[in-house]
Amino acid sequence: MKLIKFFIVGIVFGIVLTKAEAVSWYRIYEMFMFQSFHMYGIIGTAVFVGVTGIYLIKKKEIQGFKGAEIDIQDKDFSFSRYSIGGTMFGLGWGLVGSCPGPIFILIGNGVLSICIVLLGALFGTYIYGTLKNKLPH
Amino acid sequence: MEVIHGTWHWAVSGFLIGLIMLVLTYFGKTFGMSSNLRNICSMTFAKKKIEYFDFDWKAQKWNLSIALGAVVGGFIASYFLMDSTDILQINPKTIENLKALNIDEPNGKIGPDALFSLENAFSVKGFFILLVGGFLIGFGTPYAGGCTSGHAISGLSNLQIPSLIAVIGFFVGGLISAHFLIPLIFGS
Repeated sequence: MKLIKFFIVGIVFGIVLTKAEAVSWYRIYEMFMFQSFHMYGIIGTAVFVGVTGIYLIKKKEIQGFKGAEIDIQDKDFSFSRYSIGGTMFGLGWGLVGSCPGPIFILIGNGVLSICIVLLGALFGTYIYGTLKNKLPH
Repeated sequence: MEVIHGTWHWAVSGFLIGLIMLVLTYFGKTFGMSSNLRNICSMTFAKKKIEYFDFDWKAQKWNLSIALGAVVGGFIASYFLMDSTDILQINPKTIENLKALNIDEPNGKIGPDALFSLENAFSVKGFFILLVGGFLIGFGTPYAGGCTSGHAISGLSNLQIPSLIAVIGFFVGGLISAHFLIPLIFGS
């Protein structure tokens, strides 16, 4: 039953991203062509709310839900991993217009061909898993 | 109902996305959708063979629940909360660009037929584009340690320099795709 609350968060996430049109190939293309403020506004607002919230959680030492431990971790520093991996993901994002969240959401939207993207993504993750120790991190 | 059925304003959307991330933090978790690609690999076929997938994916059930919810949310939004005449009012300039590349305009569709109609998706070229795009997403996100949710939203909210590097990478890649690859693939 603990999973129900996450399932509900997922539903809200799916509704918001669909209604924000952040799952749309058109919005992603428009963003990378610098022809609309829409996506920048969404990401900017989310980060603004996030920065404020995380700051308050840390400062007020807010306790997690039902004793859950709040886990805000610093990421290990590296340049190659974030720049190379990030650029690869960006190439895919700009090409097929979806990041991992929207891939799932678009299945619900009835965009069946997104399953090919999901298949490619699972294959990509699988290949990353096999090569992980040989890549610069 | 206009407010619900049309495009949600960027400020409302962004606020809710930020809130979702904070709610997950409050539940003791970290917002990040790309981990689910690894989870699915581990739970289906890759677990024993490769070290990277040999972890207890059951501890990630909460994240898989979000992914499942996201599918349902996408369904609810598109079937019950959508007026297709009133969505995706994109920049006329963008539509002009797309026309020059033989890519159809939205007209109520969430993605262009040039990429996503079943006919095009199952042509050799179309299938290859979607598969390669997916591959780059699937390979790039675990390599970078996160995607838009994990780095751009969670990471930047925690003022992480690695996330900033990753997000700059996302944009470098996306700009190359939109300005060079897409014209190369679709332009005549």
